[in-house]
Amino acid sequence: MSGESTVEIGLLLPDVLGTYSDAGNATILAQRLRWRGIAAEIRTITARDVPPTGCAVYLLGGGEDTAQLFAADWLRRHDQLRRTLETCAVTLAVCAGLQILGQSMTDSKGQHYPGLALLDITTAPGRQRAVGEVVATCAVPGVGSLTGFENHRGVTTLGPGTVPLGRVLTGTGNGTGTGTKYRGEGVLTDRIIGTYLHGPVLARNPALADHILHQATGQTLSPLDLPDQAALRNTYL
Amino acid sequence: MATAPPGQLRLGWWTRAAVHAGLATAGLSRRLGLGAGSIIGGRVTLALDPHALRHLAAGRRVVLVSGTNGKTTTSHLVAAAVRTAGRVAHNAGGSNMADGAVAALAEARDTEYAVIEVDELHLAAVAEAVDPAVVVLLNLTRDQLDRATEVGAIAAAVGQALARHPSTVVVANADDPMVVSAAALASRPVWVAAGASWLGDASSCPRCGQTLTFTEPGWQCVCGLARPTPDWWIEDSKVCTADAVLPLDIRLPGQVNRSNAAMALAAACAVGISADQAASALREVDVVAGRYAVVHRGGQDLRMLLAKNPAGWAGMLSMLSEPRPLLVIINAREADGRDTSWLWDVAFEQFGSRQVVASGERAADLGVRLSYAGLDHRTVADPLAALETLPPGQIDVVANYTAFHQFRRRLGREREVAG
Ligand SMILES: [Zn+2]
Repeated sequence: MSGESTVEIGLLLPDVLGTYSDAGNATILAQRLRWRGIAAEIRTITARDVPPTGCAVYLLGGGEDTAQLFAADWLRRHDQLRRTLETCAVTLAVCAGLQILGQSMTDSKGQHYPGLALLDITTAPGRQRAVGEVVATCAVPGVGSLTGFENHRGVTTLGPGTVPLGRVLTGTGNGTGTGTKYRGEGVLTDRIIGTYLHGPVLARNPALADHILHQATGQTLSPLDLPDQAALRNTYL
Repeated sequence: MATAPPGQLRLGWWTRAAVHAGLATAGLSRRLGLGAGSIIGGRVTLALDPHALRHLAAGRRVVLVSGTNGKTTTSHLVAAAVRTAGRVAHNAGGSNMADGAVAALAEARDTEYAVIEVDELHLAAVAEAVDPAVVVLLNLTRDQLDRATEVGAIAAAVGQALARHPSTVVVANADDPMVVSAAALASRPVWVAAGASWLGDASSCPRCGQTLTFTEPGWQCVCGLARPTPDWWIEDSKVCTADAVLPLDIRLPGQVNRSNAAMALAAACAVGISADQAASALREVDVVAGRYAVVHRGGQDLRMLLAKNPAGWAGMLSMLSEPRPLLVIINAREADGRDTSWLWDVAFEQFGSRQVVASGERAADLGVRLSYAGLDHRTVADPLAALETLPPGQIDVVANYTAFHQFRRRLGREREVAG
């Protein structure tokens, strides 16, 4: 049962945005809290549910084009949730989930769709799909290199005051420069982390998971030594 | 049987030359120890004569077996059933693109039947060339997203291909919404309630994107797409149609293979095989391209199993019910899909307390996944070294595609040295 001290992790629309296994990020966040003796619970929020607004963390994953538009529409209909994402929760949004939180999305036919406008970004289709491994230097201090697998056609342009989550070393990421010439990956604000990386991203980048948990709980988290974690990062870095 | 003369007599001289070149290449490749040679041989033939597939298939009754999971097993079951009526060309090794189909047809030229496993991405093109009597559509779920198109797009392409073949009987899984959306355009569908072990990709409607409603045993969408009334269904250990009840008595393990067998029976009947004859032929199949085989090594009996995506694993988990130690081998080569994210959609939590060793080129990815699933395990990247850490007796080995074939080759080589 969720007592006051239980950290709730809201997995948003895994039935719609579950194509790239990003639901694993919820498992990872919950386990990393439990291993440190902090109670955690995953709230799976499907398109049929009225979304709870009390979660400390919300997660959005990647999905196919029609699913993405459906998800954007669903999120717009739940204004309380939108306000929670804007003002009190920490959100990790991946791929289609990232695009949905922006100002607008354009489909392959040139049709524009509004996003949730929580991030000052716009996304339009690129010339070809970006598929493959990405390595980026993360803008969050202490996280180091980000590794993940990208699979998207979206090119995301960041508005003037918006900073990327990382600086791309290999791969495509947002597919745009950042004004300071380097190529950006994802978006970083004080409440929202957006990225194109699957893997899931938190499986490959545990320091990013702990950054999110620190933001969400305010607690300083002791280090975890997970078997195989170093070997996993060595596979890709 | 009074049928048109098989392909051989009708081939033009150029196709004949292309086929000979392909067979020669395949033979050379085999003699050099480079594998079965069929893919390279098929490629040579196709390079010389792009229409070789059409020419080679002409005059034969062709059954195409496609879908994301179960193609190889089901094609073996169909081939066993059809063989009771005549000779069959079959890409038994699982080379399931156009080159594999060409090789199978070239190597068995004068057969009345052909049973060809086809990758779902190549189904449209292969069906165009061979004008199949029957297409079997098992399921359409996510597999190798990094190189494949998204599932919805695959279903749409398959649907358009089926619509272009009005005389083809389409044996389709009524329980898979993606399959139904694809087969809805077929003019002669035969619906089999074959079940769906994993609906992770099917919660939104493939036609309109809205959420599907699942009410056992059916499902529907507000747009009108719904589970069709099945022509074939499974009841306990029987397969039923409106006017027949057949024993479903197979040696392959698991509910998934009972579903595959029901699809195979429906396909065999669609191509004119008597149902009783087909049903008893299915009983003879026990090993499928090395899968389900038991390999003895030292004091260990290794049961060889293949699972390569979340849907395949969902079916596999029910086959692993005994508390045997388990070796799981994961690679991420091109044929496996480079992205290992899918491991997070497998319910490894269900392994329970058995001994588990994570292995393969992506052993660390698997190891991290198993840790988060709360499972005690060892991680040993080399699969043969991993076996050394397990006790004698029965062991289940589950590997994905290239890991499975690599491991079999290494076991085989080891035996040659020992023998
Ligand atoms: Zn619909």
